[in-house]
Amino acid sequence: MNVFKQHKGIVAPIDRANVDTDMIIPKQFLKSIKRSGFGVFLFDEIRYLDEGVADQDCSNRPLNEDFVLNQSRYQGSSVLLARVNFGCGSSREHAPWALEDFGFRTVIAPSFADIFYNNCFKNGLLPVVLSEQIVDQLFSECAATEGYQLNVDLERQVVITPSGEEHSFEVEAFRKHCLLKGLDDIDLTLQNTADIQAYEAKRKLAAPWLFGAISPENSVD
Amino acid sequence: MAGKTLYDKIFDAHLVRANDDGSALLYIDLQLLHEVTSPQAFEGLRLAGRKPWRIDANLATPDHNVPTTNRDGGVSKIVDPISRIQVQTLDDNCDDFGILEFKMNDHRQGIVHVVGPEQGATLPGSTVVCGDSHTATHGAFGALAHGIGTSEVEHVLATQCLITRKMKNMLIKIEGELGLGVTAKDLVLHIIGVLGTAGGTGYAIEFGGSTMKSISMEGRMTICNMAIEAGARVGMVAVDQLTLDYVKGRPFAPKGDMWTLAESDWADLHSDADAQFDTVVDINATDILPQVTWGTSPEMVVAIDAQVPNPDNETDQVKIDGINRALEYMGLSADQTITSIKLDRIFIGSCTNSRIEDMRDAAKVAKGRTVASSIKEAIVVPGSGLVKAQAEAEGLDKIFEAAGFQWREPGCSMCLAMNPDKLAPGEHCASTSNRNFEGRQGNGGRTHLVSPAMAAAAAIAGNFVDVREMVEQ
Repeated sequence: MNVFKQHKGIVAPIDRANVDTDMIIPKQFLKSIKRSGFGVFLFDEIRYLDEGVADQDCSNRPLNEDFVLNQSRYQGSSVLLARVNFGCGSSREHAPWALEDFGFRTVIAPSFADIFYNNCFKNGLLPVVLSEQIVDQLFSECAATEGYQLNVDLERQVVITPSGEEHSFEVEAFRKHCLLKGLDDIDLTLQNTADIQAYEAKRKLAAPWLFGAISPENSVD
Repeated sequence: MAGKTLYDKIFDAHLVRANDDGSALLYIDLQLLHEVTSPQAFEGLRLAGRKPWRIDANLATPDHNVPTTNRDGGVSKIVDPISRIQVQTLDDNCDDFGILEFKMNDHRQGIVHVVGPEQGATLPGSTVVCGDSHTATHGAFGALAHGIGTSEVEHVLATQCLITRKMKNMLIKIEGELGLGVTAKDLVLHIIGVLGTAGGTGYAIEFGGSTMKSISMEGRMTICNMAIEAGARVGMVAVDQLTLDYVKGRPFAPKGDMWTLAESDWADLHSDADAQFDTVVDINATDILPQVTWGTSPEMVVAIDAQVPNPDNETDQVKIDGINRALEYMGLSADQTITSIKLDRIFIGSCTNSRIEDMRDAAKVAKGRTVASSIKEAIVVPGSGLVKAQAEAEGLDKIFEAAGFQWREPGCSMCLAMNPDKLAPGEHCASTSNRNFEGRQGNGGRTHLVSPAMAAAAAIAGNFVDVREMVEQ
């Protein structure tokens, strides 16, 4: 997994509440069996004026010039500033894949939907929760300053503004540890193989009906 | 010591390891797999040279991409080449790893959240995950079930465990009887309207109170299914006789002595009387009317006799912006009556409302009536091959077809329009699905979420009507 220690980059603001994962990456792109290539379809329905098709070449599609990611001042942005309940709806991990593939390394918002929040950490994309008041302030500063950048320091758990102001944020110790080291969850869990086997042996005695039931022999055709 | 909630009990019983920082390793009894969120997980296993930890803890079926029209040619005849590859990839992965799959043309194929319970794979007291946010459906059986991302699908395949942390407990206490023509779908839409789309974030919701006791298993599944639309990953209901009656005799459910053993184990699957919930929300079911969503978030819901909201009546700027944006997208005006909304298409189906009871509810309204000529297409998509067969045995398909509805093959269909069933830009759809997000049912499409009976009534009238006027006739 990608390591995340500290990242400084241009901020792109998405000024609407409850941005759902259907909006982040629409359903037609979920047909891919790959993990990459979703960035060009990020926010497809509000980013382009035509309807996107999976696997298509996007270089000549008509752009919605009003959409932030199409505006010249936000080119090269890698920090997404968002509103409450970002990433609600579908569990599709294609949403963080698309954000990451586009070039975002971190998303700052007052709150995130649970599944999206969780999926971000699996992909080296850091979701940062700051209060609504601070996020409001960052939106204002971003609007006022072309090329506005934020510096997100995971080690110290602070977001640093261009004026040097620091806003601290919470992150679970385990998730932080994994991001800082770029650790693979599966490898970590498999270090507990003995624990899993011991639990499983107990479970088999307590609830034997949960073992071996799903099989071609038991399925009624 | 205070008693435990249902969620606490199941969580604690599956704890493999608790870490000091609050993270936990939770054992997973069942993983349901479908074609959209599993290919990258299987690929990950292969790249790392890993195998599934337990083959018998998985069940797969393709549902999102499958066509709902003629399937005679099999997977190779799926028109969209990208969909075809995805369905084929699921077949190949399940064959390679030995996972049981009900393939597209198996008569047991269907939507994962219909198939799991119907086969008895979903069992009380178990942990169930799936790469799909509507996995909370299985909580209707007193199971701890929630959606996960693809990395977690791979993690569960490889380790049979999930790295997680305990959620907070919320009780939604529902009292009073639902009125005539008012269904579980109306109840859950009303609850989402009360909680808001993020009101349940961080919580496991238990739906309790006297009302839940008289709601069928199908209805409970509909309610738990939509917990995520209020932000909660988990929705659940205590086990009672209705649960046991539904599970008993299903193919993967315990049998004989094993059933007796399981039944006694499941007797404790309810929250203790002195259990502490972090939040309790009281809902009075008596006053709930049939519900219709007017906007682009499931929380944007009102009763059938109401009007589309007016932003001038709001003070919160985020709400005002949300209403204005939704009015524009939906092509509606403030204060317009809900009954004045004209429909173009009708969709009866999805993991929320495609079970036999839903089919019966809709057929009751459709019987002896005709779909309005202004409706371009009205489709009924049963949730599984077995639901379809049952409905046909009861003659429901004939009722639908005589009324002008199309009777389709099972799948997710127009709920998210990954297959050819979709809305054209600007079209209004009365849909029994779960999400009315912008573009959800097709680019520019306008979704209104309703119950199956309300969708059927809207098909007949061409606009929204109070279904109670039709069932009372």
